[in-house]
Amino acid sequence: MNVSIDDIQKEIIEDFSIFDNWDDKYAYIIECGKKLKPLAPEYKTETNLVRGCQSQVWLHAEHKDGLVHFYADSDAIISKGLISLLIKVLSGHKAEDIVKSDLYFIDKIGMQSHLSMTRSNGLASMLKTMKVKALLFLEQEKAN
Amino acid sequence: MGTTIQTLEHNLDIAEIRRQFPVLNQQVNDKPLVYLDNAATTQKPLVVIDALKNYYQKDNANIHRGIHTLAERATADFEKTRDAVKTFIGAAHREEIIFTKGTTEGINLVAQTWGRANLNEGDEILISGMEHHSNMVPWHMIAQEKKAVIKIIPINDAGELLMEEYEKLLNSRTKLVAVVHASNALGSINPVKQIIQLAHRNGAVVLVDGAQSTSHLDIAVSDWSADFFVFSGHKVYGPTGVGVLYGKRALLEAMPPYQGGGEMIGEVRYDGFTWNELPYKFEAGTPNIADVIALKPALDFISVLGKQNIRTYENSLLQYAYSKLESLEGIRFIGTAKEKVSIQSFVFNDIHHQDLGIILDKEGIAIRTGHHCTQPLMGRLCITGTSRASFAVYNTIEEIDRLEAGLKKAIKLFR
Repeated sequence: MNVSIDDIQKEIIEDFSIFDNWDDKYAYIIECGKKLKPLAPEYKTETNLVRGCQSQVWLHAEHKDGLVHFYADSDAIISKGLISLLIKVLSGHKAEDIVKSDLYFIDKIGMQSHLSMTRSNGLASMLKTMKVKALLFLEQEKAN
Repeated sequence: MGTTIQTLEHNLDIAEIRRQFPVLNQQVNDKPLVYLDNAATTQKPLVVIDALKNYYQKDNANIHRGIHTLAERATADFEKTRDAVKTFIGAAHREEIIFTKGTTEGINLVAQTWGRANLNEGDEILISGMEHHSNMVPWHMIAQEKKAVIKIIPINDAGELLMEEYEKLLNSRTKLVAVVHASNALGSINPVKQIIQLAHRNGAVVLVDGAQSTSHLDIAVSDWSADFFVFSGHKVYGPTGVGVLYGKRALLEAMPPYQGGGEMIGEVRYDGFTWNELPYKFEAGTPNIADVIALKPALDFISVLGKQNIRTYENSLLQYAYSKLESLEGIRFIGTAKEKVSIQSFVFNDIHHQDLGIILDKEGIAIRTGHHCTQPLMGRLCITGTSRASFAVYNTIEEIDRLEAGLKKAIKLFR
């Protein structure tokens, strides 16, 4: 354990480097989406909904023993696969590390188009929500 | 199987038409572009692109005021488009053609001027169950202000208006009927002439949203006796940022202006103003001169090909698409009205439309996915969105084959 956000990103970039066409890359992302543990129905709430235009994405965050854990789901499978990558990278780390993190792996694996404005339900709003939630936990930590 | 472009029923040289649209000739994600998002916006032919370039290179000047040659040229070309629009939609007078920035602005203009002057508490506005948000929200806004009531003309599962229900809804409180000519999400064509006749019998005014019909169907506002008709330039092979509001002269004369500023005034004093005559009363400020001028060659482009030829060809594309996609396992067509423009929405119960759209884009195929700005309609049909392929005159059956292949590939990836 205690693998850093940076190390996980490098690992994902390594995983993706074997794909030489988009078909395989998306097939892998779809696989990741299918493998993501379903979010318990009680967390599929209005407040956990990440606002967007096309697909529905729910994000639940917990703060336990100084670490932030993320759980998520989506009705679209590519979104779900991309989210599972974000969870792999960010979940289980200190709030401070999450807030400070620079997620360069998205660009390196060729998924930067999912950060664009028109795919507002993709990585961009998801990532923003994860960081905002981490920031709130960080402020709670400081207040305590 | 085995159908070729030659066997489709039409009188058009599609290869030549495609050469008029430079944007079509490109690779997207290393595949030749297949553009099937024409209900969102159509591509522009060279005549339109050239008109824009020509205006800025040779004629740019402010219109209606300048005394110099450039101003005269720009003014003449700007006003020529007004005449072209008048003919294109079958209006009686050029003063009835108001330039707007698009369909949405046209509807807002009517809601904020005619609506503010004519709606009172308890008055009823009828809209259909398949309206685009832009033919709903402006009415909600004015209805809230005036305490008017909005009622919905229901549709059946195929996406057809229930005309007998419409008749039942009409009553002495009905002040306005605002209805789409062709649905952007479903493609359904509504019987606007009949809708207008019934409304007029009840003394109600009718606005027809022609955003999706004007490039496909004959428009005859005077013959229909439409009170208002709106459409956008960018969906009729013309530029973005220009649209048209048609209004019957008597109605427009009686309406207060929409926005104040230059152009729309008759005389301005320190203590007030008088307004200009039609159509300038509704065209405050320097208009979108270049795009208005470039709208004329777009309309000419359609007229030269012939609406009937376009309709016949697009219909055969739609039928071909239907026959190809029908066999895909799990597909469900959304919008199966008898009378349709060349728009086909569909869903798969186990594949999200967003996922389909992403994979098709990787294959160089542009379709629209989502709720198509018709959230209440999606609710009525118990879906969250659809995938929508919409065809224009430059599309081909080979492109529909590509769509079918793309969908098969996506299905294989997701299942």
